[in-house]
Amino acid sequence: MQYAHDPALLLARFQFAFTVGVHIIFPAFSIGLAAYLAVLEGLWLRTGRPVFLDLYRYWIRVFSIVFGMGVVSGLVMSYEFGTNWSIFSKKAGPITGVLLSYEVMTAFFLEAGFLGVMLFGMNKVGRKLHFAATCCVSLGTLISMTWILSSNSWMQTPRGYSIDPATGRFMPADWLAIIFNPSFPFRLVHMGLAAFLSVAFIVGATGAWHMLRARKEGKAASEPVRVMFSMAMWMAALVAPLQILAGDAHGLNTLKHQPVKIAAMEGDWVSEDHAPELLFGIPNMKTEHTDYALRLPLAGSLILTHSLNGRVPGMKDFPRDQRPPSPVIFFSFRIMVALGMLMMLVGLWSLWLRRNHTLFTNPVFHRVALCMAPAGFLALLCGWVTTEVGRQPWTVYGLLRTSDSVSPVALSSMAFSMTAFVVVYVLVFGSGLGILVRLLARAPHEGEHDTSPVHASDILGARMHPGVIDPSSGKGA
Amino acid sequence: MMDFAYWLPIVWAVILVAAISIYVVLDGFDLGIGMLFAFERHPDRRDVMVNTIAPVWDGNETWMVLGGAVLYGVFPGAYSTLLPAFYLPIVLMLLALIFRGVAFEFRVMTRGTGREGMWNAGFMAGSGIAAFCQGAILGGVVQGIRVVDGAFAGGPLDFLTPFSVLCGLAVMCGYALLGATWLIWRTTGVLEASCRRWAARLAVGLFLGIVAVSLWTPLLHAPYLRRWTDWPNIVFVAPVPVLVVVLGGLFVMGLRRGHSKGPFLCALGWFFLCLSGLGITVWPYAVPPGLTLWDVSSPPSSQFFQLVGTAILLPIILTYTIYSYHVFRGKVTETDGYH
Repeated sequence: MQYAHDPALLLARFQFAFTVGVHIIFPAFSIGLAAYLAVLEGLWLRTGRPVFLDLYRYWIRVFSIVFGMGVVSGLVMSYEFGTNWSIFSKKAGPITGVLLSYEVMTAFFLEAGFLGVMLFGMNKVGRKLHFAATCCVSLGTLISMTWILSSNSWMQTPRGYSIDPATGRFMPADWLAIIFNPSFPFRLVHMGLAAFLSVAFIVGATGAWHMLRARKEGKAASEPVRVMFSMAMWMAALVAPLQILAGDAHGLNTLKHQPVKIAAMEGDWVSEDHAPELLFGIPNMKTEHTDYALRLPLAGSLILTHSLNGRVPGMKDFPRDQRPPSPVIFFSFRIMVALGMLMMLVGLWSLWLRRNHTLFTNPVFHRVALCMAPAGFLALLCGWVTTEVGRQPWTVYGLLRTSDSVSPVALSSMAFSMTAFVVVYVLVFGSGLGILVRLLARAPHEGEHDTSPVHASDILGARMHPGVIDPSSGKGA
Repeated sequence: MMDFAYWLPIVWAVILVAAISIYVVLDGFDLGIGMLFAFERHPDRRDVMVNTIAPVWDGNETWMVLGGAVLYGVFPGAYSTLLPAFYLPIVLMLLALIFRGVAFEFRVMTRGTGREGMWNAGFMAGSGIAAFCQGAILGGVVQGIRVVDGAFAGGPLDFLTPFSVLCGLAVMCGYALLGATWLIWRTTGVLEASCRRWAARLAVGLFLGIVAVSLWTPLLHAPYLRRWTDWPNIVFVAPVPVLVVVLGGLFVMGLRRGHSKGPFLCALGWFFLCLSGLGITVWPYAVPPGLTLWDVSSPPSSQFFQLVGTAILLPIILTYTIYSYHVFRGKVTETDGYH
């Protein structure tokens, strides 16, 4: 691995990682939350129980903020391929650019087109049509995820292309092979579950917070709070174990197609049968050794090959200039796995409490659920770092190096933009986070559905803006 | 196959110009409304201004994402030379659009906390800077960039010339005019009356901008001049300036007689003519002065695959976009229940 000695290249990489790392949070949040909103509105239409409408109105405010932040940070991404990675975009654009265009046309327009109706239009279009709009937005987020993960997976496991000898461009030969490349189904499932799980833990933590508050005030938690907490914990209990299975399958797929990535994730240098699993260690790329290693015998082979004597690759099997930076992904991978296990434990614990009818009364569990609020998103980011840094030193795996992909942009411009991105992102998305926390700190109240005479005809969109529908909004908590 | 490789880029150039035009007029009035915050200080009327576009701005901005994505997939040679060439104004524009975009939500959500003013300022400045950058980039493309071996080979500030600055200012003026005329159509009372006053002045500014850019552009490169003066081209291109003047007359009439939609439609017409004029000037170059559409195209297999999807999807997108505008049609006022 060449540790990119060129500072402009390093800045280009860091800037892209920073902007995409911030961005990825919002679409993942939108994917999970849009689906949750569609479920809530569907349940309301079906059962007529006002609690579902209360929750819908509570979470749609959050959705409008999160979605807006996703749109503006995503716009940056669609141009950054060209500003930072012009050689990559010139060579791979005939494939990745087309996939991105399909994402825009099948997903972004669908989301944006129906978002207005979803946020502001319930008094204008009627309940069923409004529900259809919510479903369209949710469908849009899922379609969007599908295309972008197809494109991302193609960069990891490229198929269906030929390389034009004259220009070095990737020429599409078989679009189905490109779209359904070998790592795509695994990545799609893993990422989709991650988005649902992340949002489940945010919703669960919000419910837990309001139950702890109610308890402190000597009151019983309101129905919307209990329902959101219960729904979130069902999600955690069902999805977290599934996610671990999906992650395992994805790992096997990576072992097949990108063995050196697995070796770097595991900090393994020499390929061996009966390989141990390293619980801790500090991989050293120079000495080709993992220091302070804490080994669990045979577990490496068991986890990676599902047999005690399976052969596990080592980084020394591959030339130095083809190894990803093991110290980064060794830890990001372990943090992700640890968080995944914790989330599964919380889910299983909730099942136990539910059986004993103490899910809404156990304050220790509520505190744990509150602390787990960022667990899903942290795990998601760690997983993202693992797979993307693990793809290094390539942009298109095995075919186009990152150092050969970068734009001819002056170092001074890159330094200026890096600074500007950090300042603006901290200011804007920091403020956004503050606004979200303030929104969530306010309890959803029962009877939010009882529209006052002023808004008699209206359910959601009495006022143009969802943030000002509620008389108590703006007061914060 | 030869014919295919010849015609596909032309079809795509038409689609791309259409997408950019749709973006320019749709987000043009959004950005214009942001800039008009500089003239309208009353908080209730500012809310009305924002409420006329709140349900649709997202979709409007998506046309810009489409423009970037289509350029990336269909003309990667242009995407990979233009974006590094305009690195600084593009980054500045994206950051400005971030402020503009989040301000829709944040200015309402921070109401009563003392920070609303900051997001109002962000909405205004973000809109203005984004508009200026878009104009400067457009001007920069027309004046051309230095390309060696298919890659940008100039400096980071090459784009910054008096011509590109003039284009930036003209686009700011034009967007503000679109915003003002949109508000004439969609609002009533004091705000509508103010907009009629602003629109009159902005129209004068835009008209002067169009004249200045039109006279300057042919002097940039010899082929540009020939495009507009050679026989028989002149027969086909002469209607463009004539129509600009005719629309000017219609605009003044519409404004004076209190027409609601007329001024907006005239402003749209002006933008259509300006973009057509630019297209006529630059054709067949994608990256003037050196790279043609065919030089920067992706292989026919990419362009064809994307064209199939576009032919199916674009009409659907247009249908539900129009539906969305239809749902939120009509005048927006301070008392109609939105607030």
